[in-house]
Amino acid sequence: MLELSQWVNGLPISLVLRRIGWFVPLLQSLHILSVGIVLSSLMMVELRAWGVAGAATPAAAGRRFLPWMWAALAVATVTGIGLMLGAPRSFRDGAFLAKLYLMGAAAIATLALGVVLRVDGGLKDARVPAARLIGAVAIVLWLGATLAGRGRWIAGMLGG
Amino acid sequence: MKFIADIMGWIEKSPVGEFASQSIYAFAALDMIHIAAISIVVGMIALLDLRLMGVAFTDYAVTAMARQVLPWTWSAFIVAAATGLLMFTGQAVKYSVNFAFLMKLTLMAIAGINVLLFHFIIYRSIAKWDKGAAVPRAGKIAGMISLACWVAVVFYGRFTAYYQFP
Repeated sequence: MLELSQWVNGLPISLVLRRIGWFVPLLQSLHILSVGIVLSSLMMVELRAWGVAGAATPAAAGRRFLPWMWAALAVATVTGIGLMLGAPRSFRDGAFLAKLYLMGAAAIATLALGVVLRVDGGLKDARVPAARLIGAVAIVLWLGATLAGRGRWIAGMLGG
Repeated sequence: MKFIADIMGWIEKSPVGEFASQSIYAFAALDMIHIAAISIVVGMIALLDLRLMGVAFTDYAVTAMARQVLPWTWSAFIVAAATGLLMFTGQAVKYSVNFAFLMKLTLMAIAGINVLLFHFIIYRSIAKWDKGAAVPRAGKIAGMISLACWVAVVFYGRFTAYYQFP
């Protein structure tokens, strides 16, 4: 990871991005906003799976909110890659690696949730237990990835 | 203004302020939780605003969406406000004159007034446009103001850390 961050650090595009002072905070803002939509839209689906909210079936909620969730995830990924170029020092941080693993696991759980909801096909409550469990796991993993995304390992903390 | 600066200096030197600024763990942990909480606040509000604007989720009743979104919004807001306040105590003097930070507070106040006007004036006729009918223009505008304010709150929040305006 150290070699990778040094290599990215030397890329012309990275140098350009770091020269433009407002670029990193701008990307960070877009990143935070898209992560917000990812977490919120997933929670809207999951609230229905748990029967906490709304008359709509979890499958209907999935059809409505999951496309927003994936679109927001695409924006978060693009802005995240931009941030890796703009602030490559973060690679050296253990929290960054933890975030990547958590994201991978969360994306798999979310895909599984989408599949379970589609198999359900609108049959009310048919697969709700599976949707409840997988969705809850997905939310916990995404929240973990969000926290790790901003978290700093001790070495990183000292290095700013 | 001297009076305000004195208060800010006192906050900064209080035990809480010293803890927030001196502990290497405190600021990093507060910052991490603050940003995660803010993202949930803004994400949830954005979903409701998109519904009000008629952009998305139009087959959901406004009341049903508000009922689901608002408890999470408020819970996350309390976490964001508490962590934000603690971070503020660590560098109260600097933040109190930081342009981006003051803009952030102003925009939050505007968003607050907007939601009060929405709740006490526009929302009273909710029965007529809850579901299957267009949201009245005032409601759409309230949704737009809210979304614009909260997006800008995130931007100014980030710029607070990057630019120390005089």
